[in-house]
Amino acid sequence: MGKIVLKSVRKSFGEVHVIPSVDLTIENGEFVVFVGPSGCGKSTLLRLIAGLEDTSSGIIEIDGKDATMLPPAKRGLAMVFQSYALYPHMTVRKNIMFPLKMAGMDLAEATRKADAAAKVLNLTSYMERKPGQLSGGQRQRVAIGRAIVREPAAFLFDEPLSNLDAALRGNMRLEITELHQTLKTTMIYVTHDQVEAMTMADKIVVLQAGNIEQVGSPLDLYNHPANAFVAGFIGSPRMNLLEGADAQAMGATTIGVRPEHLDISSTAGKWTGKVSVAELLGSDTFLHVNVEGHGSMTVRGGGEINLRHGDTVYLTPQAGKVHRFGADGKNMA
Amino acid sequence: MSTQSSRATARLMVAPSVVLLFIWMIVPLILTVWFSFRIYRLLSPERNGWAGFRNYTWFFNSPDFWLGINNTLLLVGGVLAITIVFGVLIALLIDQPVWGQGPLRILVISPFFIMPPVAASIWENLFMHPQNGLLAAGAVGMGIKPILFLESYPMASVIFIVAWEWLPFATLILLTALQSLSSEQLEAAEMDGASSLSRFRYITLPHLTRAITVVILIQTIFLLGIFGEIFTTTQGGPGSASTTLPYMIYKQALIAKDIGRAAAGGIIAVILANIVAFFLMRSMGKHLDA
Amino acid sequence: MARAVTPRRKLFFTVAAWSIALLIFFPVLWTILTSFKTEVSAVASPPELLGADWTLENYSDVWARSDYPRFFLNSVIISIGSTLLGLAIAIPAAWSMAFVPGKKTKDLLMWMLSTKMMPSAAVLIPMYLIFQRTGLFDTRIGLVLALMLMNLPVIVWMLYTYFKEIPAEILEAARMDGASLLNEVLYVLTPMAIPGIASTMLLNIILAWNEAFWTITLTTVNAAPLSAFIASFSAPQGLFYAKLSAASTMAIAPILIMGWFGQKQLVRGLTFGAVK
Repeated sequence: MGKIVLKSVRKSFGEVHVIPSVDLTIENGEFVVFVGPSGCGKSTLLRLIAGLEDTSSGIIEIDGKDATMLPPAKRGLAMVFQSYALYPHMTVRKNIMFPLKMAGMDLAEATRKADAAAKVLNLTSYMERKPGQLSGGQRQRVAIGRAIVREPAAFLFDEPLSNLDAALRGNMRLEITELHQTLKTTMIYVTHDQVEAMTMADKIVVLQAGNIEQVGSPLDLYNHPANAFVAGFIGSPRMNLLEGADAQAMGATTIGVRPEHLDISSTAGKWTGKVSVAELLGSDTFLHVNVEGHGSMTVRGGGEINLRHGDTVYLTPQAGKVHRFGADGKNMA
Repeated sequence: MSTQSSRATARLMVAPSVVLLFIWMIVPLILTVWFSFRIYRLLSPERNGWAGFRNYTWFFNSPDFWLGINNTLLLVGGVLAITIVFGVLIALLIDQPVWGQGPLRILVISPFFIMPPVAASIWENLFMHPQNGLLAAGAVGMGIKPILFLESYPMASVIFIVAWEWLPFATLILLTALQSLSSEQLEAAEMDGASSLSRFRYITLPHLTRAITVVILIQTIFLLGIFGEIFTTTQGGPGSASTTLPYMIYKQALIAKDIGRAAAGGIIAVILANIVAFFLMRSMGKHLDA
Repeated sequence: MARAVTPRRKLFFTVAAWSIALLIFFPVLWTILTSFKTEVSAVASPPELLGADWTLENYSDVWARSDYPRFFLNSVIISIGSTLLGLAIAIPAAWSMAFVPGKKTKDLLMWMLSTKMMPSAAVLIPMYLIFQRTGLFDTRIGLVLALMLMNLPVIVWMLYTYFKEIPAEILEAARMDGASLLNEVLYVLTPMAIPGIASTMLLNIILAWNEAFWTITLTTVNAAPLSAFIASFSAPQGLFYAKLSAASTMAIAPILIMGWFGQKQLVRGLTFGAVK
């Protein structure tokens, strides 16, 4: 159905090795998120799977068959692009029906499928409009509709929500997750937003400089980051990473404590610092504290906390919540 | 979008254009090179054979040659200067809130639709003619002696006519570029206390660089070969005062009927055009990137 | 600019802009007016406007003296034919340059443009001989080919700049949707580029219509277009101003009218990538 296996896949542009070598198995029906900072090769990896780029070497298997040399259309995958890539001169209906028309499906059948997809996506009343007359969220749905009708082996999403505003992004996140639960089709989703990765994925693949840093479930990555990079990347606000004497005392090069794992006290604690900024969110308060000897640390406190710029605070990491990383950055646990 | 198969297809799709243009360029060029070393006179066909570099030396020794090159550059430079300066000014004017912008554009663009020989003959006969031209009539009306435009100022007159033909092109490209300038930029500059002159100097003009580059590139391509306007109006005269390199070659070919010399002139012109092209493309190519 | 414009300011700019525009247009207007005057009235001093003798005689004279319909037809066939042929060859080329650019793409484009810099006069004789030998001399197909090749670099460039504005993602989407290359160009690229293709077409019809070197030197009778027609009316020496004006008007009117109607379309595409 939708099992995708990458074996020693490499991609170079001339002398630049964008993907040095990647091995990865994506199980049928999984929601996999590729996440990493911009330029980490996550989009390239997706485009290699899509067939929009040639692999320099290695094998891509889709459903047990070698698809490395197949053109995009023959791979049975559908893709939702960052810019949605709708055909501006076609109506919503024609956009959604385009892949079916290309596949030579008869008109009645194609119309039926397009209508069904439109119903799922709440697009029924927009079918005769052109993309230019739709809002960002609606365009996004049309792009998804165009992908659904093909009944692909897997969906590929290339940062699909990055052009939407925050509120809409939250909604679409839910919609895509629900869609996955309904269709139970493999989805590969590329994003640089770790919140999207955490909330949507069955499995997260963290990439950096074309290498896979860690593969695992969201909570795996949150609780047991394989290295300092993943620790810093997953979780919001970012984990505090400290070096120096405090780290050496614990036999590590770097130690990490998440903002939510620091206890705040006004009288005593492991570290002393002054509040520089307090961000009041109502439910939580994020304190940015200038800690002596370490610089700025972020701390999550309750919403009722009453600290301001200049106040002195004492911070203590919760027992067992300190991550230790060696000189190579790897988790020493 | 760059898989191997798509790259192969791309080569294939670009091939017809490249191959055809290459043939279109290379075959006449080779023939011209061949002729340029031959004695080949239509008026005395019995004399033929190799001419060595004589056809070339004739050109270099001809007093008209340097004049011709000078005039060619003058024509290109003059027309470029006029069309860009006035093009910017007119574009700025039309870009203002005015009534009837549509019809206005139609009027301004019109000279571009006029066939060069027609344009040249209109100006020569209806306007610049010393007895019957409208400009002469104007001069008489003001009680001054009519100016003999094509006799006294042949190059300036030709440059003026050609500039009139190309002004709409420059104006339109500059106008489109102008309209793409975000008003926020100008407003920001205004908030920063920039006068309207410095707004033009530091915001508008830099924004137009690309458009000006395009105007220079395209017009130069067309202007280097300008021939019809001179043929119609001054015939390169009086004397050789308005002879350009292309016109000089034409004279050798069709008036003196010396194909060898014309071919040598052609090769010289091609080399010169390539030198101009090289520098032009070097400096322009950068601006046109991405 | 989103700001209130005082009527006085608007009036000032309107008057200024219209004055300049009329000044630029005046030679064309004067020619058209002169074409309706008698020869005597045309050269009258001071020039006559309201009190001129108006007549249609010039047009009937010109019509009688030469085979205008044939020249006209040749012009139409040659300019439209060369443009369509040029587009057919240039669209694939521009597609590949815009969407599968290589390191040499820019150089290739510049080389194409540089072929236009070869002075026509320089290659006149070889071209003449080639056309004679191949039987293309004084044929419409010969001129269609010549003008197509002359304008091909401009067509490719215009299309290239236009195609570059189309996001590559849309073509990739088409490819993911199973479109073959032909379908991609046919159903996605071309419809999206129609405004650009239309203005390219317009510009090239104008350039071909107004071409007056090869059309005159490579034809005698059969394939001669309006540029040759007007050449036969040049050098009027004094008393044939009205007829010259009538012939000129007849030569430029078709393209002028087409240009006026297509003006918006032409202007929109006439940027050569000058506007980002």
